[in-house]
Amino acid sequence: MSLSLKNPEFLIERNYDRCINCQVCERQCANDSHYYDEEMDKMLSKDENCVNCQRCVTLCPANALSIRQYPLEYRKNSNWTGEMINNIYKQAESGGVLLTGMGNPTPKKIYWDHILLNASQVTNPSIDPLREPMELKTFLGRKPGKLEFDENGNPFPLPPQLELDTPIMFSAMSFGSISINACRSLARAATASGIMYNTGEGGLHQDLYQYKENTIVQVASGRFGVHQEYLEAGAAIEIKIGQGAKPGIGGHLPGEKVGDEVSRTRMIPLGTDALSPAPHHDIYSIEDLRQLIYALKEATDYTKPVSVKISAVHNVAAIATGIATAGADIISIDGYRGGTGAAPTLIRDNVGIPIELALAAVDERLRREGLRDQVSLVIGGTIRNSADIVKAIALGADTVYIASAALIAMGCHMCQKCYTGKCNWGIATQQPDLVKRLNPEIGEERLKNLIRGWSLEIKEMLGGMGINAIESLRGNRLMLRGIDLNERELAVLGIKHAGE
Amino acid sequence: MDDKIMSGCGLSGILNKKGKRFSGKDIIQSIALMHDRSNGLGGGFAAYGIYPEHKEYYALHLFYDHQKARNKVENTLEKYFSIKQREEIPTRKVKNISNQPLIWRYFVKPDPNQLESRELTEEEYVVEQVMNVNENIAGAYIFSSGKNMGVFKGVGYPEDIADFFMLEDYEAYLWTAHGRFPTNTPGWWGGAHPFTLLDWSIVHNGEISSYGANKRYIEMHGYKCTMMTDTEVITYLFDLLIRKHKLPIEAVIQAIASPLWSEIERMEPQAQNIAKTIRTVYGSCLLNGPFSIILGHSQGFIALNDRIKLRPLVVAEDEERMYVASEESAIREVCPEPDKIWTPRGGEAVIAQLENAGKGVV
Repeated sequence: MSLSLKNPEFLIERNYDRCINCQVCERQCANDSHYYDEEMDKMLSKDENCVNCQRCVTLCPANALSIRQYPLEYRKNSNWTGEMINNIYKQAESGGVLLTGMGNPTPKKIYWDHILLNASQVTNPSIDPLREPMELKTFLGRKPGKLEFDENGNPFPLPPQLELDTPIMFSAMSFGSISINACRSLARAATASGIMYNTGEGGLHQDLYQYKENTIVQVASGRFGVHQEYLEAGAAIEIKIGQGAKPGIGGHLPGEKVGDEVSRTRMIPLGTDALSPAPHHDIYSIEDLRQLIYALKEATDYTKPVSVKISAVHNVAAIATGIATAGADIISIDGYRGGTGAAPTLIRDNVGIPIELALAAVDERLRREGLRDQVSLVIGGTIRNSADIVKAIALGADTVYIASAALIAMGCHMCQKCYTGKCNWGIATQQPDLVKRLNPEIGEERLKNLIRGWSLEIKEMLGGMGINAIESLRGNRLMLRGIDLNERELAVLGIKHAGE
Repeated sequence: MDDKIMSGCGLSGILNKKGKRFSGKDIIQSIALMHDRSNGLGGGFAAYGIYPEHKEYYALHLFYDHQKARNKVENTLEKYFSIKQREEIPTRKVKNISNQPLIWRYFVKPDPNQLESRELTEEEYVVEQVMNVNENIAGAYIFSSGKNMGVFKGVGYPEDIADFFMLEDYEAYLWTAHGRFPTNTPGWWGGAHPFTLLDWSIVHNGEISSYGANKRYIEMHGYKCTMMTDTEVITYLFDLLIRKHKLPIEAVIQAIASPLWSEIERMEPQAQNIAKTIRTVYGSCLLNGPFSIILGHSQGFIALNDRIKLRPLVVAEDEERMYVASEESAIREVCPEPDKIWTPRGGEAVIAQLENAGKGVV
């Protein structure tokens, strides 16, 4: 093997005036970035191993550590950036595909940040959420376009609905990509918050069957862990066609993460890579999708709404319309900034479109087709805060999926190395010593706090607009104005520019 | 996208429960008392029972900006309707009213051959033609299209508008009135209230914060919002839910001014199921933000506040009549000692009906 040309990405800085050689950093780092040199009686670092997960920085009792970007000053070149050069070094050594985790970090336009919200002044009063009721309850599922009553004046029963206390759900993250303690945290927090979490495509661990009322079970192209009991273990079923981080390809779980429990849950051999096929091999067209939707409905006796999740791609509006007419009760769309446990870097960073534009186009198309009030629309990829949620609902979503934000709430520091299985925070790992670092009770508490905090903020913003029920925000694009957007962008978003 | 038009307002309504017709004097006096609730940029009246001799015919009231528009509309009307009578609506010169458009009325029935070929109900056919004219013929606007009823409105204080149209000469069993306080100055006669579709008329005081959501919902159901006012959207919502979806009136009220979830939780199981189902299906119909409205129709009126009562509304009753107004004083002005006077709660509809409702009007 020739000399590696890869340079470290990060520089570990240790303040030796503070370091007490306690070796906490060494014990905490699954990447072996720290070690104690007995001869020198000194802690030393291997910068090249560091992923900048900040675990050591946070846990160092002496505050002796900081991590910085490695001061790698290649000759200035806007085309051949340091990142491009390093990627080529990596591939020239490995001959493989560049892998990464979490969402698209490239500096492309984030439309949420170019949308501003309205508030009431004089002509209508703002409503004070501290003193007045403010309603966030949301129902997901198919609705009749018009309601009919029987001879006793009772409405005919609706198709099954998910009832959410606040318009937020935890998006699909499989057991395998994340740890059982992360799954437990999500399931418990969803239950306590009156919302849903999503199993992802990895089946359902036996310990999690108890959270049925707040579970969406996912069926993806690999069909890992899918059986009758599993389908019945959720309040809704989601067919995963695509994911925002990697449109066009299936989920990849490296064999390193397939331990005993994951292997049993997924019903695959120990240590094997779990590679979902790119397409569902029983879905090569929209009519095939219809068959799977109804197969799942038949299997569960029409007691659960069926969602279909796609990634936001160029033709998303037409595809979503097809999904609605194929019988899906919920359409879920994942934008190109959505996160992942593992994806080819180039796909993550270059395939798909922003969720803001996809959402606006889908909502508009469904309305034009007269379908929007019959089918629910869920979006994700990426929602970073409560204002993003308010903007998403005003653009036309019923509710949002969050995943990266949920992981961050549990301690994720966005180092983007989920695919290595060495998550020092106990989240995206299956190593028992790492998994136990995440206490599910604390994880639950932090997630509950996040949902609560965001819900309070949504209420504040709604009240400011003079609205006291979330349904009056849905699709209410007059509450939005664009800033720094061109005519085309405004037209696709269906909003006016600020000042108009 | 045009700007949404915002306005505040005063409103009043009087129904003779026995269906006896009475002159416009009382309603003019009532709305005039609330002069300060409007700013001279819009006033109007809806009167039910004014055309008994033409009661089988749709009475179309039109504003024309110019003769050319009139010629075009009349060509269209002649094609799609048989016209029993056409005339200019009588007006008198009034000091404070100027720039009036040409104002005409037509008593029409759908052309039977056209109606049959379109495979629509008579009402749907009329609605379609009204929308067609309003959308496609520049300078023409049908502002009233019901049977045995008519709307009179324009730019000015309501009492001046009444004077202009000589409303003291008309007799109706139900009157509603509106004085407008828009925050911008459209200066367009069609923008005044009441707003109507067939025999539904709406006068409305409020600013619907949910307008954008309501508008996009109603547009999905084939309505075209050309006026950018809350009132237009409210009218269409009622039309959709009552006429097209055939919901019971209680269900319509629950869709438009839904009870809070905390109230729904306390309901009896059957009522709870109904309320929950309606909110689940018709969430986009919820009118959010301050409003009080009087919805007039051939059988009476429905008065309704937003669910947290952000705008005023008072109701009274005596032996013969039901009254509703923004202010109690506007009722006492014409009925000093009603048998009963009360302030309905937010979201609680007051349904005033003719005693012989459904059996035809005296």
